[in-house]
Amino acid sequence: METIQRPHHGNLIRWAKDRPEVLVLSADLTASCEADGFRDAYPERFFSMGMAEQNMMGFAAGLAREGFTPFVHTFAVFICRRPFDQVAMSIAYPNLPVRLIGFLPGITTAGGVTHQAIDDVALMRLLPNMTVLECGDATDVESVLEVAQAVAGPVYVRMLRGEVPRLFDPAEPMALGRSRVLCEGSDLAVLSSGICTEGAMRATQVLRERGFSIAHLHVSTLKPFDDPRVIEAIDGARLGVVTMENHGIVGGLGSAVAELMAEQGLGKRLIRIGLRDTYAHGASRRYLMREYDLDAMALVRAVETLSGERLGLSEAALAEVRLETMRPLEKTEDL
Amino acid sequence: MPQASLQCNEAPARDPVRQVADAIRRRVLEHTLTNNGGYLSQACSSAEILATLYLRVMRLGPSTAPLVPRPFAGVPSATNPRAFTGADYNGPRAPELDRFIFSPVHYALVLYSLLIELGRLGPDALDEFNQDGSTVELIGAEHSPGHEVTAGSLAQAISQAGGIALARRLRGETGRVWVFMSDGEFQEGQTWEAFAALAHHRIGNLGVYVDANAQQCDGPMASVMTVEPLAERLRAFGAEVHEVDGHDPNALAAPAESTAPRERPLVVLARTDPCRGIERLRERAPKLHYVRFKNGQEFNTYQALLADLREGAK
Ligand SMILES: Cc1ncc(C[n+]2csc(CCOP(=O)(O)OP(=O)(O)O)c2C)c(N)n1
Ligand SMILES: [Mg+2]
Repeated sequence: METIQRPHHGNLIRWAKDRPEVLVLSADLTASCEADGFRDAYPERFFSMGMAEQNMMGFAAGLAREGFTPFVHTFAVFICRRPFDQVAMSIAYPNLPVRLIGFLPGITTAGGVTHQAIDDVALMRLLPNMTVLECGDATDVESVLEVAQAVAGPVYVRMLRGEVPRLFDPAEPMALGRSRVLCEGSDLAVLSSGICTEGAMRATQVLRERGFSIAHLHVSTLKPFDDPRVIEAIDGARLGVVTMENHGIVGGLGSAVAELMAEQGLGKRLIRIGLRDTYAHGASRRYLMREYDLDAMALVRAVETLSGERLGLSEAALAEVRLETMRPLEKTEDL
Repeated sequence: MPQASLQCNEAPARDPVRQVADAIRRRVLEHTLTNNGGYLSQACSSAEILATLYLRVMRLGPSTAPLVPRPFAGVPSATNPRAFTGADYNGPRAPELDRFIFSPVHYALVLYSLLIELGRLGPDALDEFNQDGSTVELIGAEHSPGHEVTAGSLAQAISQAGGIALARRLRGETGRVWVFMSDGEFQEGQTWEAFAALAHHRIGNLGVYVDANAQQCDGPMASVMTVEPLAERLRAFGAEVHEVDGHDPNALAAPAESTAPRERPLVVLARTDPCRGIERLRERAPKLHYVRFKNGQEFNTYQALLADLREGAK
């Protein structure tokens, strides 16, 4: 599988080239959020706001009221926690087209509890008017700006930085409200988001070899959450549903799926993989994914629970799975 | 306005603060070499400030924590009685003893190195730096050695320290609360809300040492978002402000000498040089926030520099 170095860095420069309404605001994390290329290319459209996130949200709101579309760049924690009130009242309430680009989702950083956004999806989902998007690979990263810009109101983007895998064909960009159907099946529905999709792809490949028929969907629009493909996959899952997210199990993808299932009257078992109502700490991504049960093995265990079978799969077997970028031909047809 | 002196005045080579400060620089440089990366310029700017705090300003008891850092014992919760803070590296709590609140926790490597030089941490403690399951975290949190609060969302510690100082006053304790801050933290509104509250409630048992290195992630603060004139702004907010050369131990210690009761917070604004003691760093300006060597040649240069610094220390 191919990986791309800093896909947002170059994409932001290219995409914003002929869009004079696009501005970037930064709170002293410009290079850390891969916005330094934009700053150098279009200095007149870049605004350094200092380490002062609450004030930055107000400036973004004012600019948006005047017809600009500010792309606020900082770590996800510093978008969703400290300036939550400013995001809610200055941006979300008046339904302004501010794009909040949040980096370091979940346990992708060794920076510890203060830098790990494990509640950002929940916080942004609960704001009226807010659209919530999450990137799971380089193709998502390269297409999310376009998706966000087409939304009339505020958008929160859970962004990836650095070395990012290419899971999806670049010819198949992210689309609002549309999950990627990675495979179809009737035993289980697996709904994954963000970096968890890679581990889920590993596990589902092995599980399919063990005879399980699995519908696996990659979810990139977390709000609104009304994709008919998701409903159909859940409806067709004989043994139950598993959600997998790099986030707490309260308020994120798992909660969204639970709400949808209840409202649609889809009486199935649901296992939510994610941080189980706990904070984390500073360590490597791999270590934390294992410690908090967010990796491929966690999905295997969930399937064991739902199926009542012991599968005897080892971590080594899962690590051996070779993932390729999904080409349209290899994919089962969209529902 | 006092400035950071640009060269080292040779005279008081035996000054214990200077000795510890230089040892901190050597250790942080060594660590930055072994890990190919580190918050090295923070060691250059803050070494004398932190060494002065521990050696001359704060009244602390001996460490009650193990020399070998405890592994991470889980996040605080009702069901986790094993969770702890790293405050016991700063000694026991007692009414007459001071408390230390460490705010810009990306400086953690500097604090760990200081604790090692002072014998509060064992000499191998940095082996666990940024290792899985360790408390010697890259960005310190309250379980990290020498840390008492979780401060990595910057500019939150000053308010927590205000609450601690207020509680100590309510209990009639004579010990003071010392806070170490970076200048970047003065961009956050919360810092100014904290100073307003400290002045309003006449909290005089709290002192703040600021590493005014004029640097932040994106480069020089003047280009990112200036906070100057910082001393005047702080005075206008009701603080007693002393602006000093942040590499001069006597100048750093003097404002804290009087233990007479105060009616307002004390601020020692330490003007520092982010390349102090490692001249070579200047060629990397304005990008000093995090140092990662660009190639083998640069690595070798710094390796040779470390050897020179070690030789000079003998
Ligand atoms: C609330 C908050 N916003 C942003 C950050 C990211 N951050 C970490 S250090 C830093 C620079 C702060 O300035 P300073 O501490 O003076 O930097 P230094 O002198 O160490 O270069 C920033 C923006 C943070 N930790 N907390
Ligand atoms: Mg600074």
